[in-house]
Amino acid sequence: MATLELQGLTKNFGATGVLKSLDLTLASGEMLVIVGASGCGKSTLLRLVAGLESPSSGRIILEGEDITNRDPSKRDIAMVFQNYALYPHMTVAQNMGYALKLRGETKEEIAQKVAETAKLLGLDELLGRRPGQLSGGQRQRVAMGRAIVRQPKLFLFDEPLSNLDAKLRVTMRAEIRRLQQRLGITSLYVTHDQVEAMTMADRLIVMEAGRASQIATPMEIFERPANLFVAQFIGSPAMNILQPSDAPSTGAPNNAVVGIRPEHVTLDANGLELLIDLVEPLGAETLIYGTLPSGQRLTLRRPGGPPGVANLRVAFPQEALHLFDSKTGERL
Amino acid sequence: MMRQNNYLAHAVLIFGVLLFLLPIWVMLAGATQHAGAIARGDISLIPDIHGLGIFWQALFFKGVASAGYPVWHMLLVSFAMALGIAVGKIAISLISAFAVVFFRFPLRRVLFWTIFLTLMLPVEVRIIPSFAVLSSLHLVNTYGGLTLPLIASATATLLFRQVFAAIPDELVEAARLDGAGPLTFLRDMVLPVSRANIAALFVILFVYGWNQYLWPLLVASTPAYSTIVLGIVQMISPDEMTPWNMIMATTTLALLPPIVVVILLQRAFVRGLTDVDK
Repeated sequence: MATLELQGLTKNFGATGVLKSLDLTLASGEMLVIVGASGCGKSTLLRLVAGLESPSSGRIILEGEDITNRDPSKRDIAMVFQNYALYPHMTVAQNMGYALKLRGETKEEIAQKVAETAKLLGLDELLGRRPGQLSGGQRQRVAMGRAIVRQPKLFLFDEPLSNLDAKLRVTMRAEIRRLQQRLGITSLYVTHDQVEAMTMADRLIVMEAGRASQIATPMEIFERPANLFVAQFIGSPAMNILQPSDAPSTGAPNNAVVGIRPEHVTLDANGLELLIDLVEPLGAETLIYGTLPSGQRLTLRRPGGPPGVANLRVAFPQEALHLFDSKTGERL
Repeated sequence: MMRQNNYLAHAVLIFGVLLFLLPIWVMLAGATQHAGAIARGDISLIPDIHGLGIFWQALFFKGVASAGYPVWHMLLVSFAMALGIAVGKIAISLISAFAVVFFRFPLRRVLFWTIFLTLMLPVEVRIIPSFAVLSSLHLVNTYGGLTLPLIASATATLLFRQVFAAIPDELVEAARLDGAGPLTFLRDMVLPVSRANIAALFVILFVYGWNQYLWPLLVASTPAYSTIVLGIVQMISPDEMTPWNMIMATTTLALLPPIVVVILLQRAFVRGLTDVDK
C-alpha cells in the first residue's frame, strides 16, 4: 500500500470549476472519506485519481511517482463502483481474476489468489455464478473482491453502498472498514451519507462546491467544525443555527451566528420558552422540534421518551456553543 | 386483455401464416408434377409421391443457360456470397460502431452522420459507379466483386451503435482500470455482451445476401459465379420448353439454407431483438 498526494488538483468543465485547487496527502493504510452534497465535486475527484478524467491543472503523486497523465490501466488503482460494474457475462471467479489474467499471471496463480480472496469475503460458494444470479449484497462483495485480489496501491470507492437496503448497508459498512483496516488498504471513499462518513473514516474531507471545506478526523469535524457549512452538514439532526438576538443569554457578538447541537441544548427553569410542535420518539432518545419566542426554530435531542408537555424551558450552555462569522461563515 | 381479442389476434396470425405458406406449398406440390401440366396451368395442390425424386435430380441439374454448372454449385456460390456479406458487414460495422461509441476523436459526429447518409445509397442507386470501380479493380467475376460493394452497411452500424451505447459507462471504466486496452475490451466485453445481437444481425444479413439478384446479375457474368437466384431465373427460357417442375424443385432447395440458418440461430435471434437487459 502506498501514499497518495494531490497538489493543486483542479478540474474545469468548460467555464465551470468542478474542483478548485485541492491539496491532499493520504498516508499509507489510511481511509479518507470524501463527503458532500451531490455536485460538490467528490466523484470528479475520485475519477481524476483513477485517471478516468484528466485534471485541468495540478498533480497526482502515488507512491512518489507522478501519475497525473498516466493511463488508468497503468496506475495500479482499483475502484469499487456504485453499480458494482461487474462483467455480466463472466462468472464471479472470472470477474475477480480478470485483471490478473490481463496482467499475464498463470492460471494457477489466478485460481489461488481468487480462492483466497473469495474465502476472505465468504464468496467460496458463489465462484461459479454469474452476477445476474447474485443478490445486491453478494454483488457488492464480488466488487470488493475484484478490487482486493489485485492488491493495488490504492482503493477508490464510489458510493459503493448506496444501492443496498438500509440493514445491509450497516453490515457492509462494518465489513468494508474491517477489511480495510486488516489489509491496510489506502483508500479514498466517496459518500453522501454522513453516518457512513463518520463511522468509516480515519480522516474526512467535507467538500462544498469544489473546495475542501475541512479536512480532519471525524470527531474533530464534529466537535470543531471549521465553518457554518460543515457544522450544518455533519451531525443529524443538523446543528441549530441561531442569531445572537434569538438567544441573548449566550452573549454572542453581533457579527456572529451561534451554533448548538440538538443534544447540547439543556433544560433550565430560567431559560427561554420553547413551544413544542413535533415530537419524534426514537426509543432510546427523543427528538423535539419547537419554536423560540423570537420565532426561531430549534431542535432538541433528549435521552428517554417524549416529555409529555406542550412547552419546555431551554438554555444554551456556553461550552457547547460554536460561533461563526455571520458574513464569511468561518469559525470564530 | 379480453379473451375475444386473443381469438381475433390468433385468427389474424393464422391467416397471415397461411398466406405465406400457400405459395411455398404450391411450389412443393408443383415440383413433383409434370412440367407440361404446370405450363398448362393444371397444377394440383396434392403432391405426387412418385415425383419426389425430382429434388435429388434438381441438385445435379444443369440449368439451361448456366452452361455446365449444376445447382449444387450455384448453392455453394450463393452460400459463400451470403456468408461473406453477413460476416463482412458485421465485422466492419462492429468496428465502426465501436469507434463511434467508445472513442472521442475529431469529426466523430461528422463521420457518424456520413455513415448514416449511406443509408440513402443502396446498391441499386450506385450500381453503375460501383461496377465501374470494381471493373477497374479487376474484381468482376470474383467473390470479392460479389460481396465487397454490399458489405459497407449503415444499418448494421446503427444497430451496433445502439447496442454499444447501452453498455454502462461503469463497465467500460471498470475494464480500463482492470488494465484492458481498447482491443482487449472489444474482445472480452463488447463481443460477449452483444453476442445475441450479432447472431440476430447475422440471420438478417445472411438472408439479405442470399436474396441478392441485381448485383450478382451484373458482376457474375460467367456461370462459375452464378448464384442460385440467378440460376433459377436463367432456367426460364422463352424459346425452349421451360422445366417448371425442375425450377420449383430448385427453388425449394434454394429456400433451405436460409431456413437452416434461421432455425439454428432462432433463439439468439429473438433474444437479440427483444433483450435489452445488459
